[in-house]
Amino acid sequence: MAESGNPIPQAASEANYLRFREDSPADEPAVSLDSFFEQPNAVSVRIEAGDDPQRLIPHLSRVKLVEVDFPKFRDGRGFSTARILREAGYTGEIKATGDVLVDLVYFMRRCGFDSFAPDVAIDPAVLEACLNRYPHVYQHAADDAVPIWQLRHPELANG
Amino acid sequence: MYRYDKYDQAMVDARVEDFRDQTRRRIAGQMTDDQFKPLRLKNGLYLQLHAYMLRVAIPYGTLNSTQMRKLAHIARTYDRGYGHFTTRQNIQYNWIKLEQAPDILAELATVEMHAIQTSGESIRNVSADHYAGATADEVIDPRPWAEMLRQMTTFMPEFSYLPRKFKIAVIAAEEDRAAMRWHDFGLRIVKNDAGEIGFEVYPGGGMGRTPFIAYKARDFLPQHQIFSYLQAVLRVWNRHARRDNIHKQRMKILVHELGEEEFTRQVEEAFQHILKLGSDFPQAEYDRIAAYFAPPPFETRLSDEIDRSDPDFAVWVDQNVAAHKAPGYAIANISLKPIKGIGGDITAEQMEVVADLAERYSFDELRAAHTQNLVLPHVRKQDLYAVWQALVEAGLADANLDLVTDIIACPGLDYCSLANARSIPVAQKIAERFADEARQKDIGELKIKISGCINACGHHHAGHIGILGVDRKGTENYQLLLGGSGDENTTQAKITGPGFDEDGIVDAVERAVEHYRGIREPGERFLDTYRRVGMDGFKEAIYG
Repeated sequence: MAESGNPIPQAASEANYLRFREDSPADEPAVSLDSFFEQPNAVSVRIEAGDDPQRLIPHLSRVKLVEVDFPKFRDGRGFSTARILREAGYTGEIKATGDVLVDLVYFMRRCGFDSFAPDVAIDPAVLEACLNRYPHVYQHAADDAVPIWQLRHPELANG
Repeated sequence: MYRYDKYDQAMVDARVEDFRDQTRRRIAGQMTDDQFKPLRLKNGLYLQLHAYMLRVAIPYGTLNSTQMRKLAHIARTYDRGYGHFTTRQNIQYNWIKLEQAPDILAELATVEMHAIQTSGESIRNVSADHYAGATADEVIDPRPWAEMLRQMTTFMPEFSYLPRKFKIAVIAAEEDRAAMRWHDFGLRIVKNDAGEIGFEVYPGGGMGRTPFIAYKARDFLPQHQIFSYLQAVLRVWNRHARRDNIHKQRMKILVHELGEEEFTRQVEEAFQHILKLGSDFPQAEYDRIAAYFAPPPFETRLSDEIDRSDPDFAVWVDQNVAAHKAPGYAIANISLKPIKGIGGDITAEQMEVVADLAERYSFDELRAAHTQNLVLPHVRKQDLYAVWQALVEAGLADANLDLVTDIIACPGLDYCSLANARSIPVAQKIAERFADEARQKDIGELKIKISGCINACGHHHAGHIGILGVDRKGTENYQLLLGGSGDENTTQAKITGPGFDEDGIVDAVERAVEHYRGIREPGERFLDTYRRVGMDGFKEAIYG
């Protein structure tokens, strides 16, 4: 958040590919959820807006990349998909693809997305402003931001 | 009442800058109107027929005199000198310039107010009983929980793009003054046999074109699990609602399609998982917020006598004043339904009068009711006469609370781009027809609610008498409905038959009312009589 700064990563090799991870990207293209189950060696999977991410949970140990598609920016199902995967303990890359707008990236980051491949390139200056705008959060999410109610009660942290 | 700390203030200030930047990028052409639309809607800015409309949140309808004076200042500086109180306890301004909207938000932030999530596909302003903290029949004051929910539902990342709007209401009394079961997520605070506080949970309600009354999913949810439960409800809906037809994306439709049992099962499954994540807030935070809602320092040994020697004052007391929990105090309702006026409208000068009265006579507290009236919640009975005199002077002393002229009406075709018909002139004609005070009094409690299109912003489904404006081959046509209610015995109004033109609907309402007067039994309200005898007799009286 603002206090810690939120630098924009250097553009990765692909155009319009913003990546907030240190490790190297998975180098094989993502396959559909059904294909993923048929291909025991696949490590990259693509979840469409209507897919059930819970089907993937038993197989997470072999997953390196999950692409979550946003067919239009008003379709918010992908936010829950990322939360469900992070809550299941998945630590690999979650990439938002499709109609990803700059004003949504902050909330996507909070849901556990750590890379972005939008259809239309994002202005880095606007993105940096959006990511650093809110000094606090009101609730827990998939990131490590401490919610306001916890900041108000530091005595509870040591209990 | 609640006051922001540095964290709340920082969040609201950040939202002002956020919106200022979004507006700047839109004006600079860096985003399309299609992209800007949901962003401005999430900050309460609608494009209406003639101008932008800005809807300002009044969380659970509670505000102080400083805030009310700021609302007056905004009306005078940025609008045409008035504002309009809405059925979600909010206020909206109808003549806003886009480029000034960020400045208005900055003004609001100086008095701890905002327009966050007052429209668009978001979790809206949490509404509550407008008598909270003043009525004797509540288990506890519901507002600390409403404030908790306000904070926790502000910028929830997972629900950045919900399928549709989502409305929450919280009550804590047997009597439902907030139309709780007409919400997506209705909560009633209850105490169990062990003396513990918890929630009755009612998901799946809503009006609109496909009305549903919320069902009870839980008899008792322990209080500190409410945020987990809410997240579970939202997650099930966010994942499984339709996304292909905006008219079928409200949660009530998913509940209807899955069935209550299956919807509850899915929510409970998600809830058991989310509960383990530890995202609920602790008792210490509840206590911090509840302390702001401690009762004001009521005087003791006050007289309960009211000097009724002025007959006009006595009429107002009998109609607009309600019982208070503290001896010597009363709840004073301010009607915003003058006979020839526009329901819910109030001028900047009137706002200032009301602010002064709150400061002087009501511990600096005001309420906005979902019925589009205002409330002075804590007035000493000995001060009622002075309050009434000031209201008379300001044109705010109509003694018609809950009577036939206390009509809820949406803005209709006079303002709204969605409307098929005008609502305001119909409300005015009905009010004029029944303007006689003695006749109103004789008719008794009668809630008329008027919507100018099937989106039902005027709550016609919940009207004892509901009126729905439709477009029939290019002319405005009004359908009549009977038997709706937003109280603790919630019912959905039923349509009587063919519609009427503007004058015809006024006549039809009068025929229904006169039928009731002819057949009522002692003590029966219009709604009671309708429920006793059913639709047929009324239909015959209306259509002859």
